Amino acid sequence: MRAFLGMPTAVPAREEDSRELPVAPRGVGHLRGSDPFPVAARRALADSQLRANLAQATATIRAKRARVVAELPDWEELRSAGSAIKERALANLDMHLEQLEERFTARGGTVHWARDAVEANQIVTGLVRAAGASEVVKVKSMVTDEIGLNDALAAAGISAVETDLAELIVQLGDDRPSHILVPAIHRNRAEIREIFLRKMADVDPGLTDDPPALAEAARLHLRRKFLSARVGISGANFAVAETGTLCVVESEGNGRMCLTLPQTLITVMGIEKVIPAWADLGVFLQLLPRSSTGERMNPYTSMWAGITPEDGPQDVHLVLLDNGRTAVLADKTGRQALHCIRCSACLNVCPVYERTGGHAYGSVYPGPIGAVLSPMLTGIEDNASLPYASSLCGACYDACPVKIDIPSILVHLRARHVEETARGSRLPGPEAATMALAAWAMASPARFAAAQRGGRLGRLLGRGGQIRHLPPPLSRWTRARDAPVPPAQTFRQWWAREHGDPQSEPEAQASGEAE
Amino acid sequence: MSARDEVLARIRTALGEARPEAALVPRGYRTGIGMAAGDLADLLAGRLADYGARMRRCGQDEVAATVGAALAERGARRVVVPAGLDVPIPDGIDRVPGEPMTAAELDAVDGVITGAALAIAETGTIVLDGSADQGRRALSLIPDYHLCVLRDDRVVGLVTEAMPLLDPARPLTWISGPSATSDIELDRVQGVHGPRTLEVILVTGGR
Repeated sequence: MRAFLGMPTAVPAREEDSRELPVAPRGVGHLRGSDPFPVAARRALADSQLRANLAQATATIRAKRARVVAELPDWEELRSAGSAIKERALANLDMHLEQLEERFTARGGTVHWARDAVEANQIVTGLVRAAGASEVVKVKSMVTDEIGLNDALAAAGISAVETDLAELIVQLGDDRPSHILVPAIHRNRAEIREIFLRKMADVDPGLTDDPPALAEAARLHLRRKFLSARVGISGANFAVAETGTLCVVESEGNGRMCLTLPQTLITVMGIEKVIPAWADLGVFLQLLPRSSTGERMNPYTSMWAGITPEDGPQDVHLVLLDNGRTAVLADKTGRQALHCIRCSACLNVCPVYERTGGHAYGSVYPGPIGAVLSPMLTGIEDNASLPYASSLCGACYDACPVKIDIPSILVHLRARHVEETARGSRLPGPEAATMALAAWAMASPARFAAAQRGGRLGRLLGRGGQIRHLPPPLSRWTRARDAPVPPAQTFRQWWAREHGDPQSEPEAQASGEAE
Repeated sequence: MSARDEVLARIRTALGEARPEAALVPRGYRTGIGMAAGDLADLLAGRLADYGARMRRCGQDEVAATVGAALAERGARRVVVPAGLDVPIPDGIDRVPGEPMTAAELDAVDGVITGAALAIAETGTIVLDGSADQGRRALSLIPDYHLCVLRDDRVVGLVTEAMPLLDPARPLTWISGPSATSDIELDRVQGVHGPRTLEVILVTGGR
């Protein structure tokens, strides 16, 4: 006899796995870290400068976001609409993509499809070569970082210049991005000044660490490149299927430069970025800036549909990328992670992210959304520690402008991980063994009472109400947290003392719930 | 199989035989702001000011003087004015048509004056759509000073009101304050690559 313990079951996971789709390939791009999260996190936690920078930056952005969100009386209505629009877009994703392709092509654009990172990199490299360019200017884009486009271009002898200030800081510092919106969030002004002085050939040696002075240095450094660039590369925040319109949201004007001045424009976009209707864009243009930078509106938003004669690039391309997204789509619980509009609100409210920073996640997508998206894009075995990199506090769900239920996906992925591991091994894993033992004990009132009496032995280990070290194998639990000392008497013992015979009631309940 | 066919086939596999129902979108959000024109202009001015962009107001017959005052204060003499912009330019200003001009030539002028398709009061946004009174996108991008002259009947309250008025086939540029960045410690700093100074002149009573 076994008792049902209410734990997530393997049934939906098995059903989904029956139609397995290719995940993002290994050996290319930046979706997998070199260390599991606990190892990388321990390293990050030891860096007190990093923790100070992160605490300062996330506290600032949380306050700004809260202020501008509170201003809108219909914020919840906008969230509901945003969530439903994304759900609707995914429900007929193939049709929306075909419509987007048709409309974008009708206005003179060229649409390419890429199964994965390798194919997308090949397409973009080929297009840059065809344009005869050896240097490209880039708008900050998560997806081109995901696929490792800069590395692929460098291998082909093409230098990619990152033009977003934070991306430039990361690129000049030979660093990795650590935040979706502000890739250099882990750097403070003094460190940025250092990097500029070291790496910008033309910089004023008297540069101060005043932010406007640092911004001015970036302006001067990039101006010549913008005015002479022949190829621009961007991502897309949104693509409207019914109109063939692409949309890029930014602050500095580097995006406008890259989208307007070069003769050739190549946009790489994950297939989940498509939204059905023009009116839908109005919803996201309210949700995104407030959630992201905590502004009523970001300084610049550019939209284009194919080619406009005598205005902007006359050779315009759109690369539609899968790279594991269809594998995410196949997971009925996990697919809502594809709603993500990359605002990074979930990072800024996450107690784990605030302490470890983005590098610990090992993927370009850090924080709570990264903890669900990265393992689904790569297959869980390649990012197995990420679904556990959360306390399940739920702050991310509350902050999410498109209502992605990240805690539920995390729990679902933990279950998938346990299931997939169990299937690959003949021996039961520790979770399965523990649960089987617990189910066996709970199925009989006598065994349960005996187990509880045994648990009271734990009182010998505690001090001040806490147990800091349990013996093996339970030591794995107390390595990361304290356990409370069990009470002197169990509930059943207390009940027996107060009300008499404890056996009849629990017996009836236990047999009622047993399988 | 082509990449296109394969990606589409994967999507169909992922969605399965019984496709999830296409959810109806609950559109309970606001579609109007319910404000008089004067209040709308005040709201726009306040929101622009928050971004560090100044808005001046003037009547139909004061446009030349107001434009002159703005340019004089800026010290701008050589200014790009798109051919289709019907705004009186004061004497002493060197009016450059903007076409044909290279990016480097645009980088050398003192500023640009454009119209706008519309403005959104709640977010302090002006939207350019490349019409003849605004010219191509580079004109409002490369010069360091952007003066936007706008009739007050082009001001709407909300983003949701602006959407149906805009043509999604045109190149659209939404501008909310001057170029800025939050990339250093998440503090908004004004002025990176786009025009570092943005000013708006709202012409009232223009119908």
